[in-house]
Formats: sequence, C-alpha cells, structure tokens
Amino acid sequence: MNPTLQDDIEKQRPYLLRIARLQLRNESVAEDVVQDTLIAALEGQDRFAGKSAVRTWLVGILKHKIIDQIRRGSREVALVVDVADGQEGDFDALFDEAGHFVEVPREWGDPERTLEQKRFYEVLGLCLDGLSPNLARIFMMREFLGLETAEICKDLQITPTNCWVMLYRARMGLRACLEQRWFQGSVA
Amino acid sequence: MIFIRTCKEVHRLVAESMDRRAGIIERAAVRLHLAICESCRRFMRQMDFLREAIRRYPGDDGRR
Repeated sequence: MNPTLQDDIEKQRPYLLRIARLQLRNESVAEDVVQDTLIAALEGQDRFAGKSAVRTWLVGILKHKIIDQIRRGSREVALVVDVADGQEGDFDALFDEAGHFVEVPREWGDPERTLEQKRFYEVLGLCLDGLSPNLARIFMMREFLGLETAEICKDLQITPTNCWVMLYRARMGLRACLEQRWFQGSVA
Repeated sequence: MIFIRTCKEVHRLVAESMDRRAGIIERAAVRLHLAICESCRRFMRQMDFLREAIRRYPGDDGRR
C-alpha cells in the first residue's frame, strides 16, 4: 500500500463525480460508480505503473464502470429530446443563410502541442459546459465513452436521425467555442 | 452534377461521417471536394482534433 498514491486517488473524486453525473444523470448512481472506481483503483494499485497520470488511469477505470452501468440499463433512460436540440437546420456559424462562408475555419496548428497543454483541457471543459445538457451527454457517450451511435440511440430511446443531428450540433458548438476561446489569435 | 457539393454540405457530411457511414456517392463527392478545398480540409482536421481531445479529456493534471 502506498499512502501517497491512495491520497492522490482520493483527490480525484470530484473530477470523477463530475464525469459520472453528466453521464448517469442520477446522483446516487453516479456516487456508487465513482466509489466502485476508487475501490477498484485501490485494489489494483500494484498494477498502476505510473506511466500515465493518476487521473488518466482512474478515468480509464471509470469509463468502463459507466459503460457497464449503461448496458445494465439500470439508470434513468429515455432522453427527452429538446426541440431545439433535435431540430434540423442551420447552426453552423461559418455560413450565412445562402451557404456562403462568413468566416473560414482557422488553422489550428499542431494538435500535439495543444493537447499537451493543461490549460487547454480547462477551456475544453468550459466549452462542454456551454453545450445544452442533452448535447453534452450524447456527445460524451459517443466520444468520451466511445459507444457506437446505434447503442446510444437505443439507450436514450431516440431515432438515429435525432442522434446524428444532436451529435452534429455538439461538434459544431464545440468547434466554434474552441476556435473562439482557445485558437483565437493563438496560432499564426 | 451529383458529385458537386457546397462547402456547407461538405462540412455537414464530414461532421456526420464521424457518426455514420455515408453513402458511396456522398463519400465520392466529399473526396472530390476535399481535394480542391483547403477550408474543408481544415474543418476535417478540426473534427479529428476534437475526437482526439475528448479521448484524452480531462487531461493529465501532472500527478504521477
């Protein structure tokens, strides 16, 4: 047993809870899943090689626990599609009504250089918070948990078309937010 | 002119191709468009970047 590592594991609880709440939409289920994650981590700390950060390691365990929970179907399901979220239509700010560029996508530069900056993830977090809760939830199921769209539609009981539209909106919203809040002026 | 798509249409197809497999004509149209359009290639790189960023989210907080 390594007391420092135990301490570091416990310190990650708030981050893990934030992720779990977003995905599970149920406070007590989210707390249970995080508790399971921390216990699994403490039990498996000998397997923690220290090659990745503690948080990355814990988030990896948490993802599996959340996916198990979703597949067991023991959570509040059936996403109520917000009219605005599921709507077809124009939400790509890069174009005007006639379909012409209002602004051209910026060059975002070397992805690795961005992804190694701690501050970038704070901005990404803010952009995720800026999405409507439904969009954030469905987008994170797809990209963070890595679920296939078919499984997401089934779990949330929405049509594939609704699913694609919502994912599209989430991607466009995040793209615009990152461009404004991170890439604005940061890349020559 | 089934292979001609506007930038706006290509953006949408590129974004949706992250979540569903586009039809053969759509895919051909997108490839043709991307070959000549730097703006849409940028947009596609941005979509790829977003995927990678979320895969790594919430990032390393420096504790090892």
